[in-house]
Amino acid sequence: MALLLKGARVIDPAVGLDGIIDIKIGDGRIADVGKDLDAGDCEVRDLAGMILIPGLIDVHVHLREPGQEYKETIESGTRAAAKGGFVGVCPMPNTKPVCDSGPRLRYLVETAEKCGYARLYPVGSLSTGLAGTQLSEMGDMVAQGAIAFSDDGRGVQNDGMMRRAMDYAKMFDCVVMSHCQSEDLVGNGVVNEGVASTRLGLAGWPAEGEEIQIARDIALCRLTGCRLHIQHVTTAGGVKIIRAAKLEGLPVSCEVTPHHLFLDEDSIDTGYNTNLKMNPPLRTKDDCAALQDALLDGTIDCIASDHAPHAAHEKALEFELAPFGTIGLETTLPLVLTNMVRSGRMSYARLVDVLSHNPRRILKLEPVTIERGSSADLTVIDPEAHFVVSVDGFESKSANSAFIGETLVGMAYDTYVAGVATLCSGKVV
Amino acid sequence: MISSKNLLTIEDFTPEDILQVLDTAVSFKDVNARAIKKLPTLRGRTVINLFLEPSTRTRTSFEIAAKRLSADAINMSGSASATVKGESLADTAETLSAMNCDLVIIRHRYAGAPGILARHMDARIINAGDGKHQHPTQTLLDLYTIREELGSIEGKTVGIIGDIAHSRVAGSLCPALVALGAKPIVIAPPTLMPSRPDILGAEKSYSLDDLLPDLDVVYTLRIQQERMDESPFPSLREYAMLYGIDSKRLQAMKPGAIIMHPGPINRGVELSAEAADSPRARILDQVNAGVAVRMALMYLMLGGEQSGSVA
Repeated sequence: MALLLKGARVIDPAVGLDGIIDIKIGDGRIADVGKDLDAGDCEVRDLAGMILIPGLIDVHVHLREPGQEYKETIESGTRAAAKGGFVGVCPMPNTKPVCDSGPRLRYLVETAEKCGYARLYPVGSLSTGLAGTQLSEMGDMVAQGAIAFSDDGRGVQNDGMMRRAMDYAKMFDCVVMSHCQSEDLVGNGVVNEGVASTRLGLAGWPAEGEEIQIARDIALCRLTGCRLHIQHVTTAGGVKIIRAAKLEGLPVSCEVTPHHLFLDEDSIDTGYNTNLKMNPPLRTKDDCAALQDALLDGTIDCIASDHAPHAAHEKALEFELAPFGTIGLETTLPLVLTNMVRSGRMSYARLVDVLSHNPRRILKLEPVTIERGSSADLTVIDPEAHFVVSVDGFESKSANSAFIGETLVGMAYDTYVAGVATLCSGKVV
Repeated sequence: MISSKNLLTIEDFTPEDILQVLDTAVSFKDVNARAIKKLPTLRGRTVINLFLEPSTRTRTSFEIAAKRLSADAINMSGSASATVKGESLADTAETLSAMNCDLVIIRHRYAGAPGILARHMDARIINAGDGKHQHPTQTLLDLYTIREELGSIEGKTVGIIGDIAHSRVAGSLCPALVALGAKPIVIAPPTLMPSRPDILGAEKSYSLDDLLPDLDVVYTLRIQQERMDESPFPSLREYAMLYGIDSKRLQAMKPGAIIMHPGPINRGVELSAEAADSPRARILDQVNAGVAVRMALMYLMLGGEQSGSVA
């Protein structure tokens, strides 16, 4: 049956829309857009007071399946996506085994078809086993539905190997996503080199360990012509290098995570909260400010959660032994709404760009816009919903959030994938 | 009494707490000089020495201190404990907690580990060195020694020389010196310097010879041979040339200035034999003070409580 979404404030900068308007959905697509549409025999959903935008895409998540299903599965991870307002996610290939071949990638696609609550756009590995030495079978993975390639979790250390990978990926017109980390410089660093490393007696992870590889990969982008997406940029210096590359006209994009936008190294105190252990690490307040500015001025294209679930017993280890990462699918939208939109720094139009349009553009997906004929992948936001981030409240199997205890305002209310609700009134369905 | 339940970092103690430990240690030092060194103060209390990283001197010092106060002291080392079987520290803590111990002294190779114990058990916790972070009881005995030898801590200039970047000794000594009105200066090549020594409250210098005549305390740190893989300096010879205390540098020291070292010393590297054995050296006084300071600490942390015994 057709569905009429009534009375929401609909915002889509791609078609210049911002107003109270109705949307009719049929056969998975937007059938009509207009003021006071006639309900006819449609099911009517009253969304007065809500904000409706093109559905969110997260280009960087870890769903842990196969191999670490105790942390997350494709089912639980896509439930978390739906809860967070996301209609599609890009799982990274660092599963066990690594997603480095066609059949392994096919497994993800088929599993998501069976039990997914969001579209899955799998990212295959650049190198076999993430070892950074031998090219993965990218062609086979593309045939099975790979959207991009990355050795996320590690930087490709060998310059020649990275060049080959980018050269090879280019023929499939797939973007190469780069986790930038020079292992020589970073060593066993676990927190930002500077205040945190000195104060806590922990090995430092210097900003330059990231910036050196950003600069290298941009040079290789120039050399190969392969589209390059810099993952989780964290430093003012990295932003500067990317800004220059964009000015030059190179096909470079980048993402930032909510934790690098809104948390800094000072939040790690002698409680050694391992939920604040990230790779790359939380940086300085100045870096946060530079990242926020870059997100607003367009240097940073999109926000990605780097959703990294880990079991409680793993995060209960000594800081130096605990795994890196925080979950993020269910807090990304609320954090951006709370910290940037409500404060008036970011417009809803920019929010739609950085969470919806730009991720699709980076992945070369079919655009989703609020106009007739577009796929009905939609996110409805309740801008006034208050909630406290708590370990009990997640759809994700894991609760290792860096934001436990924070009060956030604004969250997803409904999520629609091809016109079918995956989230309804804040509940995954 | 001490204002903090645990001693996880030196900042847990106020300057008043620190001075109270030092004052109390004075009387225990007298006890340690007697023929009969045992006091009944902590009879019936259970103290666990949980040493998950090899240590001889610190563990022995704690064990002697506990036994002289009549506590039941049990040593658990890394190889003897469940940790090699893959048990997490949190589970070890809960296991020990179930055995109703009163105080756990922990040495661990990772920073912040004492905090994990504190979160998982009711017993009081003393950090006996956590990774590259802090070593607060070393700091207390260092402060004791400085005060005893120089009369006061306030206003003194303390040069800490060596591998500052990897030193838990410097990590707790610097902030404590600042809290008590002394001035720490960390002296090392840039490759052994933390990136932000100012965060520890310390000034920094690469040149020992420029500063030597101004130092009241020349505090040398052990060069750990296992770090030589990272080649932070070209050779031990060059290190000794630039930062070792030898007879020439002994002469350049301020009158009355003392040499300290947390031990064990590498003769010929941080200290020449002449320096190590000179009248300026207070290295064995530090060791001696260590037992008294640890007795004072345990006494103040446990002694004021009701006995847990129901008998």
